[in-house]
Amino acid sequence: MTNSRPWIPYLLILPSVAFLALLFVVPLVQTIWLAVSDNGAPSLANAERMVTDINFTRSVKNTFLLTIAVVPVQIALALAMGTMVAKVGRGRETILWIWTIPLGISDLAAGLVWLSILQNTGYLNSLLFGLGIIGRQASWLSYQTPVALFLAIAVAEIWRGTAIVMVIIVAGLNQVPKEFKEAAEIFGAGPWTRFWRITLPLIRPALQSALILRTVLAFEVFAVVYALGGRNFPVLVGEAYNWQNQNQNYSVAAAYAVLIMIISLAATLIYLKALKVDPERLP
Amino acid sequence: MKHIMSFGILASTVLAFASPVLAQTVFVSTQLRPIEEATVVREELLKDVGSVDYVVEEPPQFAVRMEAERQAGKHTVSLVGALHGELSPLADKDTLEPLDDLAKKLAASGMPQSLLDLGKLGKSTQQYIPWMQATYVMAAKKEALQYLPAGADVNALNYDQLIEWGKNMQDATGQPQIGFPAGPKGLMARYFQGYFYPSFTGGVVRTFQSADAAAGWEKLKALWAYVTPNSTSYDFMQEPLAAGEVMVAWDHIARLKNAISAAPDDYVVFPAPAGPKGRGYMPVVAGLAIPKGAPDKAGAEKVIEHLSMPETQLLTASKVGFFPTLNIKLPPDLDAGVALLAGAVTATQASKDAVISLLPVGLGDKGGEFNKVYMDSFQRIVLQNEPVADVLKAQGATMAKLMADTKAACWAPDAKSDGPCPVE
Repeated sequence: MTNSRPWIPYLLILPSVAFLALLFVVPLVQTIWLAVSDNGAPSLANAERMVTDINFTRSVKNTFLLTIAVVPVQIALALAMGTMVAKVGRGRETILWIWTIPLGISDLAAGLVWLSILQNTGYLNSLLFGLGIIGRQASWLSYQTPVALFLAIAVAEIWRGTAIVMVIIVAGLNQVPKEFKEAAEIFGAGPWTRFWRITLPLIRPALQSALILRTVLAFEVFAVVYALGGRNFPVLVGEAYNWQNQNQNYSVAAAYAVLIMIISLAATLIYLKALKVDPERLP
Repeated sequence: MKHIMSFGILASTVLAFASPVLAQTVFVSTQLRPIEEATVVREELLKDVGSVDYVVEEPPQFAVRMEAERQAGKHTVSLVGALHGELSPLADKDTLEPLDDLAKKLAASGMPQSLLDLGKLGKSTQQYIPWMQATYVMAAKKEALQYLPAGADVNALNYDQLIEWGKNMQDATGQPQIGFPAGPKGLMARYFQGYFYPSFTGGVVRTFQSADAAAGWEKLKALWAYVTPNSTSYDFMQEPLAAGEVMVAWDHIARLKNAISAAPDDYVVFPAPAGPKGRGYMPVVAGLAIPKGAPDKAGAEKVIEHLSMPETQLLTASKVGFFPTLNIKLPPDLDAGVALLAGAVTATQASKDAVISLLPVGLGDKGGEFNKVYMDSFQRIVLQNEPVADVLKAQGATMAKLMADTKAACWAPDAKSDGPCPVE
């Protein structure tokens, strides 16, 4: 049946391909052209403008630092959380449900939640003051306290983004057959050996998806940083936003967008190469 | 039965989409955006002019929307309300209806000709009708007055006195008490263009990298020692003032109004400080314009006439804190907060050393990048402590290129220029 009409699968995916081409490829091509042209002629002026801007180096540095700080912590936390719930019998669903609450909150709302905790008149200051630890409001989020600001943003990002990693990893863990673990136990493997030698290799596809998703999202971090840091902590997407909205120079904003896309693609390729998944294990 | 039902659904859907579009004058505004203000516009200011759909839009989205409607040739907006600087790019692209007849009528009913001329945006025909005006002032909690340096008059401060005041407050309270709106949506760039540069250099563009400017920046660095570091996150100063995070603040009157109107007895409102070249100040004018191709031009003209009536202008002042463009006296029973703000505006305009600085003219859609020159200088000199001369030289070059690209001629307080405004 299928062999006699080999074009059927292509026909079925045609609408989505057309949809993607219309709403994704066309704007993508337009954005790239906007970034590499000036008055209708090819030009690197926008890229030059971007690179020589005072916030460019800082935004690249901040974005990478944040990614390097946040993603490993999220993966480690998600693995720990996933392994923990695997041992829980009753109440497992409830725990998972609670842990995934941050997933339902928008980025900006998450940023505002943390702003209400960390700003001058926020909950943290009130608590510390109430306990007599500090004599007056401390500022955690100003340009004079870059380390505290960085930590605050990292914590907010970890809080917000770990749930999605956990969901993917729990799904991966559920697919690991119990027999493998039981066999390993019979041969005397301890919990660490079982984790490193059995669980981790078997959840590699899930891990790969989670890493790609989280890293790409980390490079695109914006709303949380915007809420907590404002101008004090420039990141790549924030700069794209500023050039588009405040400076109204769509070309330089497009240059930033293209740069973010290149970085995200490069990160994805690195993960695809580094965490090779056997073809037979692909969905 | 099935047929009747589906016909009913179809008909009601068509009606739901069709009816509001047909009957209403769509009025898009970048001003009076907060929900309380928009409600005042819808329920009080536009109550008697038939069916007007008042839609608010952030300035960048406004620009995008107008451009999209122009490119598509499909117009839904009949009336726009926006700042002088936001209407200027629309006029540059020749997309606004000339409003000379209306302007004549309003001049006869007492709108100052100088203000009407501003609405020509440098063209031969009237591009917009001045709708309401505002400016920037300083506000302080009354308890801060006890720290004023001896002999200082709060209505005639200079920068040295402000610095000393800041120091006194910091010594007494242990925290910096002065605040500026230097956050992502704050209007700090206007401080540099309308207050700092005119006060220290007597110019805005020509004098950008002069010795006077360098001296001014040094003074600002001295002041910044007493400015709260949270300033780089503040967008509107009314919140930090009301929350007690700062005692003294500079901002747009509409962005101070809520705090002051809520507790008018707790505040004093006064002009910004003067520098060696005088007391710079920037009037802000919002205007009403009709885009070419507007679906309901007659309705839009009716709304403009209604909003320009003395009663409506006074109502606007008391409800949202923007002042009339007509030459009329504010009534004595005005909201106490607005009266305080009005007092400071009068004090600014009446001060002998006032240096008026207009909103940037002729920059088209480069207004954002013009602001960025000042904000980048601020970031590098004050926040990152880079050498003043180097920064002014580099940013001055950016400014010169911007002026050359846009061919913008000088505007007040800079001396007039032939061709693009030079950076000297």
